[in-house]
Amino acid sequence: MATSAHTIDPGDLPRAMLEVATSLNDYVIVLPIVICLMGGAFLLLVRGWRGLQLGLTLTFLVAIAALEVQLFVRVLYDGPVAMTMGNWLPPFGITFAVDVLGAGFALAATIATIVVVVYYSTDTMLREVRYGFYSLIMLLLAGVTGAFLTGDLFNLYVWFEVMLIASFGLMIIGGRKIQLDGAVKYGFLNFLATTFFLIGLGYLYGLIGTLNMADIARVAGQTDSAAMIAVAGLFLLAFGMKAAAFPVNAWLPASYHTPDSAISALFGGLLTKVGAYALLRTMILLMPAARDVLDPVITVVAVFTLLLGPMGAMAQTNLRRAIGFLVIGGIGSVMAGIAISGPYGVPGGGLYALHSMLTMTAFYLVAGLVEQISGTDDIRKMGGIYRASSVLSILFLVLVFAAAGLPPFLGFWPKLLLLQGALSTDDWLLAAAILVNSLFTSIAGARIWAHVFWRNGREGEPATASNPDLKPVSEAISRPAILASVVLVALILYMGLRPNILFESARIAASDLLDPARYTQAVNLEVPER
Amino acid sequence: MIEQVLAALVGIFFTAAIYLILSKAIIRMLLGIAILGNGVNLLIFTLGRVSREVPPIVSDGELIPAEGFANPLPQALILTAIVIGFAMFTFLLVLGYRAYQELNADNTDTMRVAEPKDAPRPPLSY
Repeated sequence: MATSAHTIDPGDLPRAMLEVATSLNDYVIVLPIVICLMGGAFLLLVRGWRGLQLGLTLTFLVAIAALEVQLFVRVLYDGPVAMTMGNWLPPFGITFAVDVLGAGFALAATIATIVVVVYYSTDTMLREVRYGFYSLIMLLLAGVTGAFLTGDLFNLYVWFEVMLIASFGLMIIGGRKIQLDGAVKYGFLNFLATTFFLIGLGYLYGLIGTLNMADIARVAGQTDSAAMIAVAGLFLLAFGMKAAAFPVNAWLPASYHTPDSAISALFGGLLTKVGAYALLRTMILLMPAARDVLDPVITVVAVFTLLLGPMGAMAQTNLRRAIGFLVIGGIGSVMAGIAISGPYGVPGGGLYALHSMLTMTAFYLVAGLVEQISGTDDIRKMGGIYRASSVLSILFLVLVFAAAGLPPFLGFWPKLLLLQGALSTDDWLLAAAILVNSLFTSIAGARIWAHVFWRNGREGEPATASNPDLKPVSEAISRPAILASVVLVALILYMGLRPNILFESARIAASDLLDPARYTQAVNLEVPER
Repeated sequence: MIEQVLAALVGIFFTAAIYLILSKAIIRMLLGIAILGNGVNLLIFTLGRVSREVPPIVSDGELIPAEGFANPLPQALILTAIVIGFAMFTFLLVLGYRAYQELNADNTDTMRVAEPKDAPRPPLSY
């Protein structure tokens, strides 16, 4: 059987096994996910003890956040770090590779989750805790964090599915009719998206025989470019669908307003951004040559997404559906960043996704409080909430400005970078679309604000008539919810006023995406020549 | 030879799946999803070469396996994909049935609780 034709010097072959144990220090790369998964399992075991659930969940989450802060600071100063499972050396083992982009997103996701859990702390019905509400939240975070930290494309697919199955559970917890309706559309279209991703993965492996991201970045340039463009097209479709970019965005406004507002907040903050992250990762780091070819397509997608989002928001009467359209508009900005690429587009798109995580979570949280006070989800019947709660009106207005990208809030800085990038590449179409998006978002948001807060009473009644349906929510229930929203909005304001660290991080993240040298080195592979 | 046949079969699976998913009936969409999943698994299986001739084993004194072996890694990948796909499909099946019971609709055209058909006009006072 054995042919003697193989005369290979053993010294020429790359080593396959790691001979020294991974240093304990490096376990920080996987610990956030380990805590998420083990914590979720443990919470399921003790699901009968309601009092224990909240405290345990918060403990796990704070531990994860602390680890991720450490990880973020470490990659910020020392460059990307990597860990490969089972002592196999890359590209054989499954690698976790963390750069500034992944660590920053993972940290933002954990912060958003902590805020949502605090917000929901007094509101969860006993029934939902018994059904494993907190376990599902931990699993969702495991999927999201895993997607941000992994360095292996097939592993990314697995994390997508972990995230998807946890979100299915959260989507239908409570079992109201509207939730089942939303979950059918959400479930089918998102499962379809991950299947497209799997098709792309299959072809990619068939073409270049590796799924390790650093290895793909190394060899993708040397492969048959037409086939690589097809793979990149499949990834664009799959992740675009996950991120709810035009024209595959229909599932988001059909489903995000159906579960409880805290779960909407979690979805609006985290899920679409994982799609956006995967797009940044694949298009910029892995297949830059294919991205250049697909550039016109991405530009068109970005322009339409930028315009469709706020225009859809203007046409809605359901508050949370309107916010769903604003989420889509934000994805347009990330797509614009990918279309512009280069030293402005990539940090702009990444920073916008980070901003969108925090802003959209806060938006849904405030909307949930508004719905509680007014007892309806119809913007036309909400009038007069300024009088019932002036704090909410300020929070909502700040969020409208942040989403529209007005200074001094966080959303301004990524928009500035994107605009600078679009103008420096003479892409007037994208520049105009980014500005029109900001204008339309402020119009849509301000219209909602005027109807919900400014107006005295319901639409169609005399302006002097007050709204009899408003019922103040009891202090005990609303205090943690308002506190959580205030903290998140304060964070958005603070980061908008002191953007230096964000700019610096975004610059490092973008340079690592545009030039994979440090990333590849961290994974222990030879640096490619580009 | 068998690869070409399998490739053609993958094409047929994809065609049937897309046709079924484009339907409005939930049952047909479910069948489409199931066929699409199997099509993708078959695709990855075929990409790893299908052959019984050469075992994927490094023989004594050699450093790499003999030319033309069937790559075992795609087979490991589809094992994962089969498990995940099956779990998702079962969930969607139960969800579809539950939606049929609760909403009395097995057609996306009549499933309009979350997106009402005669949606009210947006507020016009500002």
